[in-house]
Amino acid sequence: MAEQDNPDREELPVDPALRARIGDFLLDVAHAIDDDRLEAWPQFFTERATYRITTRENEEAGLPVGIMACASRGMLEDRINALRTANIFEPHTYCHLLGPSRLRLVAPDLVAARTNFSVIRTMQNGESILFAAGRYQDEIVIGREQPLLRSRTVVLESRRIDVLLVIPI
Amino acid sequence: MSADSAQTSAGTVPISWPEEGVTRVPYQLFSDPQIYAMEQERIFRGPVWHFLCLELEVANPGDYRTGFVGETPVIVTRNRTGDIHAMVNRCAHKGALVCHKERGNAKTLSCVYHSWTYDLEGRLMGLAFRDGLKGKGGMPKTFRTSDHRLQPIRTEVYAGIVFGTFHADTPGVETFFGPAMCRILQRNLSRPLKLLGFHSQMIHNNWKLYAENVRDSYHATLLHTFYTTFRINRLDMDGGIRIADAPQPWHHLSFARRANFEAAEEYTTAQVHSANYGSRLNGPELLETWEEFDDGITHAIQALFPTLTIQFTLNSLAVRWFTPRGVDRTELFWMYLGYADDEDDEQQMRVMQANLTGAAGLVSLEDGCINEFVQRGTRGSTPDDRAFMEMGGTTVESSEGSRATEVAIRGFWQGYREIMGLG
Repeated sequence: MAEQDNPDREELPVDPALRARIGDFLLDVAHAIDDDRLEAWPQFFTERATYRITTRENEEAGLPVGIMACASRGMLEDRINALRTANIFEPHTYCHLLGPSRLRLVAPDLVAARTNFSVIRTMQNGESILFAAGRYQDEIVIGREQPLLRSRTVVLESRRIDVLLVIPI
Repeated sequence: MSADSAQTSAGTVPISWPEEGVTRVPYQLFSDPQIYAMEQERIFRGPVWHFLCLELEVANPGDYRTGFVGETPVIVTRNRTGDIHAMVNRCAHKGALVCHKERGNAKTLSCVYHSWTYDLEGRLMGLAFRDGLKGKGGMPKTFRTSDHRLQPIRTEVYAGIVFGTFHADTPGVETFFGPAMCRILQRNLSRPLKLLGFHSQMIHNNWKLYAENVRDSYHATLLHTFYTTFRINRLDMDGGIRIADAPQPWHHLSFARRANFEAAEEYTTAQVHSANYGSRLNGPELLETWEEFDDGITHAIQALFPTLTIQFTLNSLAVRWFTPRGVDRTELFWMYLGYADDEDDEQQMRVMQANLTGAAGLVSLEDGCINEFVQRGTRGSTPDDRAFMEMGGTTVESSEGSRATEVAIRGFWQGYREIMGLG
């Protein structure tokens, strides 16, 4: 069980200013992807951050392999570099829709957040589909000027990906 | 009507195979609904062993796992004495799914519609209101439970894989795949396995385009440029295509061997065995690896007719298979594996290397769309339009030393033509 899911852990109050700050941060991360500013996306993570995309089925079974697993910011940068220079796919864009976040102050400088999301994918022929829905389980470090993701687990509702997944979620 | 047409319960299929043979494939095969129906009969219900599931998915007595052979829904069970059985997931009463969950554990299999209940081998044990209510209704006196059962599927468990066939004449699994294919199955899967993760991908193409794609060693470094773009040394010196020494050349192994370090001066002087040496990766932990086998093979991708592929690339072990979901849809399943006795660091390397393949695979994600490009590109084609495949010659024989060949695809079509009765 992840730390943020522990119902017995004592909760520290999250003040409105912090809530607004985290909310803006999560939107900035999503909009960087939607606006094709993908090179900026790894900068929202700490250097040793983990980022995983997995499925509800794998997560519930405690299985370590999902769809993507990065163990450092460098691996996120490699993903973006590969997308830009090596991988071949039909052009498409994402539109992230984020639900309200449930925040828990785990430590004075660490917020755990769960945010439900959906992602609409649009292809060059105009076809839009609901590409992904699920939840972000985030750990966000707030001690510095800009909040940073220390870990993000993207838990997809569906185990089935349409065509391929190359742009991160 | 041409002499090449084939009669089937799905009707007469007007396919004339080009006289050049397996170097030509009519595009019509990828979109014709009659061909698709005929494949269900001749291939998926024909004399072929199909992947049903891994043995570890039905590890305990009472475990069941549902799946598909072609369009047909199937159930695999392990009964109380530990034997594995398979049957069509279709109630003998009205045809409803008997198991509507993907997996579970049960003492019996009971259809929720009218409570027809089967044992774990698919034999009907009983049903609701057999004798009616208050002396009225009920089944005729002639009704016998032993006359009804779930349609059985012949099974054989080999190298941790549960195979099934509808056909009584299918030779045994070892004969069907041949010694060379069985050796590599034993190499990769004979130790106790551990499931690491699972997902699937819907690709928008006929199933045979993916079957071609996994046999297409010509495209590997052309379409998939991750390794070359990031200057990752795969340290492969040689490799090739080994066609199955089985009754049919349907199956093959594509492999690469580790470089001979004494011969490769740049590796010797640098004293590195890492695939990351000289790479442009910012996150080199992606490719941390260890030598797992002493046969020098670093990449082994084995395609078993019609829908199963087993990969052992670096330390990434995965079984992938696909299910046709209509003439232009295919669901591709990925199951990532380790061994039960893996150390933590070994498992972590397998987890990292899983990034290379699958729906988001750095090396292979292009395969999710490339077959769709063929599906779309061949729309509007005439019966005379066909693919041209003479890379590496025109025959079907092993190609040691070169993977710039379409030999494995020709092998697939040779078997396909024969089983389909297409010229």
